[in-house]
Amino acid sequence: MSTEEKIRTFILENYLFTDDQSELKNDDSFLDQGILDSTGILEIIFFIEDEFKIKIKDEEMIPDNLDSVDKIVAFIQQKED
Amino acid sequence: MCGISGIVNLKHQETPSRGELECMIQALRHRGPDGFGFFSAPGIGLAHARLSIIDLEGGDQPIHNENKTVQVVFNGEIFNFLELRHMLQKLGHRFYTHSDTEVIVHLYEEYGDAFVKHMVGQFAIALWDSKAQRLLLIRDRAGIRPLFYTIAAGRLYFASEVKSLFTQPAVTRRLNPTALGEVFTFWSTLEPNSLFEDVYSLPPGHQMVVDQGEIHCSRYWDWTFPLDGIPDHRSANDWAEELRELMVDSVRLRLRSDVPVGAYLSGGLDSSVITSLIRNYTNTPLRTFSIGFEDGEFDESVFQRELIQYLQTDHTHVTCKAQDISRLFPQVVWHAESTILRTAPAPMMLLSQHVRESNYKVVLTGEGADEMFGGYDIFKEAKIRRFCQRFPNSRLRPLILKNLYPYLKHSPTAAGDFGKRFFQQGMEYIDKPYFAHIPRWSTTRRSWKFFSREMKDLLQGSVSYDSIERILPPEIEQWDALNRDQYIENHTLLSGYLLNSQGDRMAMANSVEGRFPFLDHRIMEFAARIPVRYKIKVLNEKYILKKSMAGLIPESIRRRSKQPYRAPDSQSFFSCGKPAGYVQELFGEEALREAGYFNPAAVSKLLHKSASGKVIGFSDNMAFVGILSTMLLDKMFIQGYPASAFE
Repeated sequence: MSTEEKIRTFILENYLFTDDQSELKNDDSFLDQGILDSTGILEIIFFIEDEFKIKIKDEEMIPDNLDSVDKIVAFIQQKED
Repeated sequence: MCGISGIVNLKHQETPSRGELECMIQALRHRGPDGFGFFSAPGIGLAHARLSIIDLEGGDQPIHNENKTVQVVFNGEIFNFLELRHMLQKLGHRFYTHSDTEVIVHLYEEYGDAFVKHMVGQFAIALWDSKAQRLLLIRDRAGIRPLFYTIAAGRLYFASEVKSLFTQPAVTRRLNPTALGEVFTFWSTLEPNSLFEDVYSLPPGHQMVVDQGEIHCSRYWDWTFPLDGIPDHRSANDWAEELRELMVDSVRLRLRSDVPVGAYLSGGLDSSVITSLIRNYTNTPLRTFSIGFEDGEFDESVFQRELIQYLQTDHTHVTCKAQDISRLFPQVVWHAESTILRTAPAPMMLLSQHVRESNYKVVLTGEGADEMFGGYDIFKEAKIRRFCQRFPNSRLRPLILKNLYPYLKHSPTAAGDFGKRFFQQGMEYIDKPYFAHIPRWSTTRRSWKFFSREMKDLLQGSVSYDSIERILPPEIEQWDALNRDQYIENHTLLSGYLLNSQGDRMAMANSVEGRFPFLDHRIMEFAARIPVRYKIKVLNEKYILKKSMAGLIPESIRRRSKQPYRAPDSQSFFSCGKPAGYVQELFGEEALREAGYFNPAAVSKLLHKSASGKVIGFSDNMAFVGILSTMLLDKMFIQGYPASAFE
């Protein structure tokens, strides 16, 4: 499963509680679309750190890195590089 | 404390049968195990289940006036009954009991419907005036004691709890989709809705007159605030001193009883205030009860022990385990008669069980202080959000948010810039009286994604944030922001959830009466007048209350930041990743489809997420507990299963 698929599946399963792929576009803002609640972002951070074996620093916990599937994929690639 | 019920024929004079009244009152036996009483006459029937607390020998109800033309059944206490009795005797009234109930009939004779204004207490009253052929139903100002009613087959049925109404074949049983939408937004239904179709709650501070088959409801009291901008020159010391005097009197009145009185002790400020006032200003032996948790995130035992040592109380401590919550939850829903979004009522039921086993049936408890004196995080959060909104681009102002929620394992403010963005959401509501509540309500409303398509269609357009405006007074716009926040909190969370699901019902489940010194209406009226700068001083919540208690409680507790009472939520229902049997069944596709409220596929994913231990946020936990309680409600109240079916 690609990074993008893993992220999509995680968001669909855990925040939208559906298998319907049409419910989530890769550039949907989690904040603007109300996909996450205030602690949801912590769950995503735990997931990324566990799944991709990377550490996210405090200053990296910003919407530019984590607010959509596209942004997370890009952020993980940048960390892995 | 007691239970009441009754039937009024609205179209004819037929007397309700004794069998009907017995059925209704039997359903309230837990509220009054010490005996039943009945009154019936053409067109009217009243019933009473008694928990004897004052005048153990002579206080059986119904109670009447000198010539028996006024009959009353009553659930609650009139705490100033001795003063009222003395005054009424001077006016020539003759008493045949020593109970507080009897002052009601004589007050009514003296003052008519306005008699309620003379009473300090917590009550739900049904008073029949046979000369006028008129029934009066009254509920206390804060909404401590419940009173529900419905109209069916040309009759008005009323009772302390809905389950009593449902003993009558004429009363249909259906959950009200709009009310469900309200609970999954505001945490409680909006007055006068109950969770059930065509069943209503008489709102706090209201009375209902039934006269010649006509029903008329009116408000006799509300918690209102002064208009913003009225100057006040009193010092904080003056406010604190007057509050202490009022609190001493409130506590003193609430110790009146012919049976021993205990007190709950949480380790927080509010219960510490009450217990220390009992210790310092009365001769009542101090018997206290507390609840603790195995999980340190929720446990306050350290502070409880400190206070016990400080006040030297005779104490009982109960530890609530996760399996206790799961085990008790069906009973909790049976007694709460509502969808609930947190498991916190369950430990309260466990605690009241221990109170009763200790041969106590009255406890003083601290509910209401947070609403009266500005204790909740939501007030501070709104203060910061309003402060940030003045300069939206400021980088420094949002840093204050880090001071919120120090007690949470997974604080929303821990997510760096994200946390900040969350608190900036809802700024478009800045001019609405409910601005403070938007973060809570939007988090709660996330549960709507679990509703079935049919429910979503039914709710379309029927419940929105603006729905709250129906219960707000027009002058609210002219109140200070914090006062607006307090009013809404009082009319949703306090009366609809805390007093109902967590207060009255969890104590009454074990025949225990809770008494609430902070909800004395004189304290409420006083609190409404305290300038907002003294309620939350910068970010120091309940500043005047803390100041009023200087020297009376340990400094560590007086200066401690508020930790709200919470209990473990969804994880309580799992053991080694496996859900309790009844949870598995109720979250199953068949049960969900049959009930029709929720989408089975989405609920199945929530169950899976919870089982894996990944549910750590408010919204998922609320959805889990809310769905489970709704399904239990449906099974027990609509389909007729007993709570014991879910053991």
